[in-house]
Amino acid sequence: MSHILTAFPLQASYFIATLLLILGLKRMSSPRTARNGILWAGVGMLIAVAVTFVYIPGVSELIIPGNSGQRLVLIFFAVAVGAVPAWWTGRRVPLTEMPQMVAIYNGLGGGAAGAIAAVEMYSGRAYSGSLAFPIIAVIGALFGATAFGGSVVAFLKLQSWMGSPRIPGRHFINGILSLAALALTLASIHPDWVSGLNLSVDVLISIFLVVSLILGIFVTLPIGGADMPVVISTYNACIGLAVGFEGFVVQNPAMIIAGTIVGAAGSLLTVLMARAMNRSFLNVWFSGFGDVAATAAAGGEARTMNAMEVRDAAATMAYSENVIVVPGYGLAVAQAQHKLWELVQMLQAKGVKVKFAVHPVAGRMPGHMSVLLAEAGVPYDLIYDLEEINSDFANADVALVIGANDVVNPAARSDKSSPIYGMPILNADQARQVLVIKRGKGVGFSGIENELFFGPNTHMVFGDAQGVITQMIQALKEV
Amino acid sequence: MTGFVALYIFLIAAIAGYEIVARVPVILHTPLMSGSNFVHGIVLVGAMLALAEARGPLEVFVGFVGVVMATGNAVGGYVSTERMLEMFHSKKEKA
Repeated sequence: MSHILTAFPLQASYFIATLLLILGLKRMSSPRTARNGILWAGVGMLIAVAVTFVYIPGVSELIIPGNSGQRLVLIFFAVAVGAVPAWWTGRRVPLTEMPQMVAIYNGLGGGAAGAIAAVEMYSGRAYSGSLAFPIIAVIGALFGATAFGGSVVAFLKLQSWMGSPRIPGRHFINGILSLAALALTLASIHPDWVSGLNLSVDVLISIFLVVSLILGIFVTLPIGGADMPVVISTYNACIGLAVGFEGFVVQNPAMIIAGTIVGAAGSLLTVLMARAMNRSFLNVWFSGFGDVAATAAAGGEARTMNAMEVRDAAATMAYSENVIVVPGYGLAVAQAQHKLWELVQMLQAKGVKVKFAVHPVAGRMPGHMSVLLAEAGVPYDLIYDLEEINSDFANADVALVIGANDVVNPAARSDKSSPIYGMPILNADQARQVLVIKRGKGVGFSGIENELFFGPNTHMVFGDAQGVITQMIQALKEV
Repeated sequence: MTGFVALYIFLIAAIAGYEIVARVPVILHTPLMSGSNFVHGIVLVGAMLALAEARGPLEVFVGFVGVVMATGNAVGGYVSTERMLEMFHSKKEKA
């Protein structure tokens, strides 16, 4: 690495940038300070990128004398090419679709880490020092490229552009791919070991990256959509580590520290998320959730649900004391959060105490529903966690379940054969009355029947959440 | 940077990362994941340096792709996190 990169102003700027990134991340982990945490981190990032731009001509000058200006323009162009679509999609995409966008932005970072490793290895710089450099470069590239391939699949699944195909002999295929990736990893660390194959380093490294990418795709393919948060979070941690590793290769402390911190924080976050969903990490990665669910849904005899008119449902709530709202993804898909908040405010005006019970995995990702409610203007002090509110259901007159299914399914408590058995659920069934707004009689995201809907104290209000809530508001005006 | 200094940095950074998220409430899981995704967007700095040092068409091409992807990571990560966190306000703050 060129001596110019050890200049004091550059290193000092990286130091401040790293500090801001860490403090920003720290602030983002508490609701009170979260909002400006991203701003701190953003400023840190701007400093790091800006100061790098200043020093780049000096770096390029050593490589391509006389042409460094051209290279600077090229880099600027690349930044613009990456920034414009990311900015545009990030601004335009509705918040309901944020999880898949996080998956794709995340994956891009992994691809970038792989690209850095590739350039360093193509050029031979990664091989010029001790063996530690190629080892770290190659492992970082493996993590980055695999996570990139997997993130693209996660994106496609959450976007519903791809299901969970059951690939025959997938364990065999994944085994072969893993072995191939491992062999290529070793070969890439020290290409002389495979000099008998007459492969150029360029070709070897390229094959290695492509195989890693395919491995990521295949490992992720069979995992069900409901488990995607854990998958994305795992990749986030992997990519953090990859960035840290490549930071070591290009001797950039900001990358080492920021990357490693994300690697560690991301790993813990993955565990916390898996715990919130009552899924073990290994279970998510190595068992096909979708398979079990499909078979479980097939059984069961026909039973009847009690239907209720919208007006009656509205009146029931208007004359209760305590109402707990359980919002689910169906609410968000119907874009009914704003209407719901209007309804809740009307109930509050009538003296009804209303709380929101948000299951950790309501929506498509832990915390997703809170974001969607907040978007509608629901203050977060009305939003309660599973542990905070579960004991309150027994005292609630009405539990209003909107577009939620699996998170209130009592089978999770009682039915050992159910794929969601053991998942902590919201005890909506313990409320005196349960009102369920649901579009049809279909099953939930995990594909299983919900006992709650057939309960004696449950009434179904069939219809689109947006329409039903609008009618409820109308009915309340007349009460 | 010698191997062991790097190892110590890894160690301390890993512990710091663990501590940062040790007590994060569930409602912040998604925004925090998105936020940490933005933080590893620092990979952009490395990608820029790699492209600055690239020789020959293959290296330049891969370096270029790397910068494009890293920028997508950083910019997309920032915008999505910012939009999610924007939503967090309490009753008192509402004007």
